[in-house]
Amino acid sequence: MSVGILMLVHTAFDRAEQVARHWTKYGCPVVIHVDASVKPKAHKKFVKALEDVADVRFCKRHKCEWGDWGLVAASQSAGETMLAEFPEVRHIYLSSGSCLPLRPVQELKDYLAARPRTDFIESATTADVPWTVGGLDAERFTLHFPFSWKKHRFLFDKWVDIQRFLRVKRKIPNGVVPHMGSQWWCLTRQTLSAILQDPDRETFDRYFKRVWIPDESYFQTLARLYSSNIESRSLTLSKFDFQGKPHIFYDDHLQLLRRSDCFVARKIWPRANKLYNGFLRSPEGAIKMSEPNPAKIDRIFAKAVERRTKGRTGLYMQSRYPNEGWENGMTFGRYSIFQGFAQLFEDFEPWLARATGTRVHGHLFAPEGAEFEGRQKVINGALSVDPKSRDYNSIAFLTNLIWNTRGERQCFQVGPRDEGAPVWFFAKDPNAQVSVISGAWAIPLFKSNLDFADIRKEAARLQKLENDQLYALRSPYAKARARIWTLAEFIEAPMEPLQTIIDEIGPEKARRLAEAPTMTDLTGFGQFLQNLKNQGMHPYLMGDFPVSQGEADQKKPPRKPYLVQ
Amino acid sequence: MSALQSYRLRIRRRHRLVRAIRKRRELRSMADRTAQIKSSDLLAFSTLRNEHIRLPYFLDYYRNKGINHFLIVDNDSDDGSLEYLMEQPDVSVWHTRKSYKKSKFGVDWLNWLQFRYGHNHWCLVVDPDEFFIYPFCDTRPIRALTDWLDASSIKSFSAMLLDMYPRGPITEQPYQAGQDPMEIACWFDAGNYTMTKNPQYGNLWIQGGPRSRVFFPNEPELAPALNKIPLVKWNRRYCYASSTHMLLPRGLNQVYDEWGGEKASGLLLHAKFLDTFTAKAEEELVRNQHYSASVEYKAYAERLRDAPELWCKWSEKYINWRQLEILGLMSKGNWA
Repeated sequence: MSVGILMLVHTAFDRAEQVARHWTKYGCPVVIHVDASVKPKAHKKFVKALEDVADVRFCKRHKCEWGDWGLVAASQSAGETMLAEFPEVRHIYLSSGSCLPLRPVQELKDYLAARPRTDFIESATTADVPWTVGGLDAERFTLHFPFSWKKHRFLFDKWVDIQRFLRVKRKIPNGVVPHMGSQWWCLTRQTLSAILQDPDRETFDRYFKRVWIPDESYFQTLARLYSSNIESRSLTLSKFDFQGKPHIFYDDHLQLLRRSDCFVARKIWPRANKLYNGFLRSPEGAIKMSEPNPAKIDRIFAKAVERRTKGRTGLYMQSRYPNEGWENGMTFGRYSIFQGFAQLFEDFEPWLARATGTRVHGHLFAPEGAEFEGRQKVINGALSVDPKSRDYNSIAFLTNLIWNTRGERQCFQVGPRDEGAPVWFFAKDPNAQVSVISGAWAIPLFKSNLDFADIRKEAARLQKLENDQLYALRSPYAKARARIWTLAEFIEAPMEPLQTIIDEIGPEKARRLAEAPTMTDLTGFGQFLQNLKNQGMHPYLMGDFPVSQGEADQKKPPRKPYLVQ
Repeated sequence: MSALQSYRLRIRRRHRLVRAIRKRRELRSMADRTAQIKSSDLLAFSTLRNEHIRLPYFLDYYRNKGINHFLIVDNDSDDGSLEYLMEQPDVSVWHTRKSYKKSKFGVDWLNWLQFRYGHNHWCLVVDPDEFFIYPFCDTRPIRALTDWLDASSIKSFSAMLLDMYPRGPITEQPYQAGQDPMEIACWFDAGNYTMTKNPQYGNLWIQGGPRSRVFFPNEPELAPALNKIPLVKWNRRYCYASSTHMLLPRGLNQVYDEWGGEKASGLLLHAKFLDTFTAKAEEELVRNQHYSASVEYKAYAERLRDAPELWCKWSEKYINWRQLEILGLMSKGNWA
């Protein structure tokens, strides 16, 4: 009793020859199907090369094209030859020229001998699996597919549309429930011969000739009719990418393939010398009886597919430049933006750094240049402070900063003076936590030593700019976690909002604030605002600020913020 | 893109090709070994001037990676580059005295050579100071990549220019012929690149890196473009439109994914900043043969006088392609 190998070959004949020799050397007869489109010269050379091997047969040739009937016809012919020529064969294993046996042949023989009645063929109904790529699942069995998908894509698509419009529905032959699965199977003589010698085979063949990708459904469906014991998995390790094309194995996969314990892998790069030399040697060591375990390999290929389809969040680079709305996250991770806090509190930046353990920058978009933490000239990723380079593409500046500092939360200040800040960008970014004390820009003006006319002009300008920024943050497009207080509102009870913000930044342990930032002295600020008003410039963003604080307040020393317990 | 626009691009492409074909007269074959080229060979194309010292390592690097034949235009070198190249068994070399600038910075010459010899081959267009890095380049040859690209029906492969520089003044460590330039210039900027889409050609326009940071902090718009598409399954209807930054037809420029995913991409390690650079910059300034009145070289020469350092505290030291992949400068895409 032994295993017979069917091999479908269309290229890399030297490798196919090597593998065929390996199989026969360890007692597995091989039937080879060579694609009919292979040039006669190459075919002859290949046949000649295998002349000296007794247990190799060549079967009738068919033209094979992906998604076409040819592959099924090839498997049928090869299967018939195998059944007729090697009566002692019990299991028939379908493989391709780029398949490589990973374990000693004896292990495969023992494995199959221990399961003499089992058919290994992946076979599932279309309704139950999401495997199909391209949106055709049940329809592959109910529409006609006379046009090649590879060569006549347009006709193929149109023909599908027309049939959908006409509600074409093919009749599925009696007793057949369409199944599909990997085209690489291993069937018992009983099952395969039942399929190939069925009196109704003509009907089935006619039906499947016009099914889309029959090589993934013909045997998978018919095996269900005859097999007494189907094990719905393929013994061939074969991974597919997001377009349904097989992943290729290279020399650097050697260890991975070893550990997979799979019997056969597909597909191998023909020039992967290390793989061919490594696996096609006489076996050493004891024979194992372990089950194939492709999980490890699954993981790296699943990752590859994810990288190709979803990419790395927050990364903009030469081969990932998502259209707006397709970023899967506009930035890498969460960050916090503070507006007006640095003006209201004298030591806000160091305080915030202590309270949250995050990295706190100054005004990153200040007109004079980016104020990085510690006022460094350059920061992670060699981002530099130069205002012109930054403003040349301020969104890229921000996304780069967040990407370069992955794993560490960034906090920075903005204000109406920072005209280059990409306000609309972070307003739309769900990763941004924006806290604004509106009108706080007036405090530096209040403390400044400028002429009042200049102050008035600057105040008008800043008020307009801040109003525009608030407009973005309040717009229906805004997805950022934005909180806006007026200055008057905020100084009523400053610790409460601060605690909320800090909790949300949330280092591992939610702590109570032990220490409050020092609020700047605002005595006379109400009068300052009134003076602006008197000059015809109405500051409205800071809320209702009393002109003079009550008599009682005047005498007290400046109010210290208190803790809310 | 309207029919008119695409028609215009078509005309432009035709014009480029006609121009390239006419410019063939400027090239004189000095060593023609193109008869050796087999139908599946990987070809490398290059234009150079006075790069003798770099050539031994350059050729070896690409031979090891699996390039079968080099087709090189020598723009009137006087340092023995031409003679050296003529001796190499796998190099075909052409000589010209004509203006580099008037041939669109060598693009016309190479377009011709690719038109003539590159049809249906994977063609790599690199300068002698550019070293192609791609996913798994430490274990797989370029042929593995091109086979995979073929199987995936991908025709062009992106590799951004990554400027490499030494620590300390660039004149400090002299470069020896045959030496790996990355032993000296092993630092790079990891995350200060900006990009915008070019709506007409569909390519990304990438700027940034040390050249932008040190030489063009105040005119970032003048900083050199870093986007490159050096590896293409060539067809004689194709042409490079501007250096290797973009191609026509424009579909070849679509080397990036717009729906959130990552396509596979590589990098060209650009070992420009070796001790040979100062002399080169001054020479190029006199010749005035480079892009937009050699503004780049003017900026270099100006800065180099005060011996600037490209290295900074946040420069990253080059280890291998995996590091570059993790940093997000290149991607494996779905190649595993």
